[in-house]
Amino acid sequence: MKSLLPILTVVGAIILFWIVSVVPMNMHLTADLAQRQDIAVTPDTPVARQEYSGIGLALRNPQLFGMTYTLDRPRLPSPHQVAVEMWNTIVMQNITSRRSLVYHGWVTLSATLLGFAIGTGLGILLAVGIVYNRAMDMSVMPWAIASQTIPILALAPMIIVMLGAIGIQGLFPKAVISAYLSFFPVVVGMVKGLRSPDGMQLDLLRTYYASPAQGFWKLRLPASVPYLFASLKIGISASLVGAIVAELPTGARAGFGARMLVGDQYGQPLVTWAALFAAALTAAALVGFFSLAERWTLRRMGMHAV
Amino acid sequence: MTGTAIISALAIWGAGWFINARLAKSAAANTRLVKLLVPAIFGLTLLIMWELLVRLLEISPIILPPPTMIAERFANETPTLRADFQQTIIKGAMTGYVVGMFAAFAIAVLADRSDFLTRGILPVGGFMAALPIVGIAPIFVRWLGSDWESKAAVVAVMVFFPILVNTVAGLRDTTAMQRDLMRTYGAGYWPTLFKLRLPAAMPFIFNGLKIATTLALIGAIVAEFFGSPTVGMGFRISTSVGQLALDMVWAEIVVAALAGSAFYGLMAWIEGRVTFWHPSQRK
Repeated sequence: MKSLLPILTVVGAIILFWIVSVVPMNMHLTADLAQRQDIAVTPDTPVARQEYSGIGLALRNPQLFGMTYTLDRPRLPSPHQVAVEMWNTIVMQNITSRRSLVYHGWVTLSATLLGFAIGTGLGILLAVGIVYNRAMDMSVMPWAIASQTIPILALAPMIIVMLGAIGIQGLFPKAVISAYLSFFPVVVGMVKGLRSPDGMQLDLLRTYYASPAQGFWKLRLPASVPYLFASLKIGISASLVGAIVAELPTGARAGFGARMLVGDQYGQPLVTWAALFAAALTAAALVGFFSLAERWTLRRMGMHAV
Repeated sequence: MTGTAIISALAIWGAGWFINARLAKSAAANTRLVKLLVPAIFGLTLLIMWELLVRLLEISPIILPPPTMIAERFANETPTLRADFQQTIIKGAMTGYVVGMFAAFAIAVLADRSDFLTRGILPVGGFMAALPIVGIAPIFVRWLGSDWESKAAVVAVMVFFPILVNTVAGLRDTTAMQRDLMRTYGAGYWPTLFKLRLPAAMPFIFNGLKIATTLALIGAIVAEFFGSPTVGMGFRISTSVGQLALDMVWAEIVVAALAGSAFYGLMAWIEGRVTFWHPSQRK
């Protein structure tokens, strides 16, 4: 609660900056439009206006400030335009409609969640293997770490085409990319977590005459939970980015990525902006969900929630 | 045919695994050579199996080209790959990375002057870093044109938040005792910043810089999916996918992987030079 006011201040500053930027960003468009409506503009030809920057033009035409916020196809939409567009496409549309962002969101989200589940499951299994098998550790772990330095998303278009060529389309190829992106953070985090019990704790279990399986279930796995949650939070946002990017170069017809592309190609910036913000909200909700789950689980386990 | 293919692939896998298991259990397991050899053998086994399965099962190169074909393409298309590399990595990613980095440093130092701002910027920045920022690519391509400037802008925004959050967190990471010591020396704000707090923040800053290396490449490549001149890695990947020239796509991915690892390696190397005093750098 102590940081609520600072956070609001920073968010307020960002929104204020946005609102102020709308005027110079849209000034050239607005001036052209105003001239067609016979409103006096200085200077009065489009060519002469090109000489001025957005700020310079805005200072010469203060009477046009209001108009910059209401353009149909603005270069930079104002916050309220994005909010109205989102309201119209999320709340006012039937959720099965192709114009509804809920529909597009669900297309992206289902690929994200499926991929995330696959990636996390495989990641945990591989991590267990790495912790218990030295050969696996030495051969796989360097590649897992090196893979973090590679822009894996470059693979996305190819995976879609490869799977498409053998007849798999739709949800699954996107899920594969999401799975791939959430896989490695989970592996790296879980290996760290499963190894986090120190020698003293392992020795204690040995004095209890615990079997390796008991050592795993009663010590290593619980100890890895905080690391797992840290990885899950990274993995879920990476999964969402993967699903969105997977929709870009292949001409998908539904999903957040498809909406961004459509808005871009048909010159409807509001569509792009609404999709962008809806994707951001989705990511925030997913990360927020895992933060809550983390806090709840760690409290139940008697650990300090960070 | 299928049977032989699978059996020979499994045989190679088994052989590689056997050597690795022996090496991992051997007395020399902790030497540097073995530590490099084991992942190298693992990678090599995968490549040979890939080649073998594709050849013996007669998988169409449209679905999965064999590694030798990719290597051939890589060798034949070096000028194209070099031009793409320069466009996307050098002009797009690097420019954006440097701009985003300095912007993040500037804001972090400004925010650091007030505890109020620091407490606001840390959560908001961390939140922004988790969002799919790469989605701003179509907007920036529209604003700044399709050449590398728009890619650099996308990259700058993407790398900004992780570096900002880490720098702000790092600047707070001095103990009251250390700050008091500086005060007893009569050091003002700037000497304290440069002599104590910035050096102490370096492990955090490099953490952010290393995360940002991958983001920079992703931003530059993905932004090219939204429009680019007829050069660039993202452009090449999306057009080659359209032409089903997957060996070219793989060649670009090899370039991306090499560039990404080298970029990360460079930052890690500089980190080692700058933060040699930090416990995590101890061998």
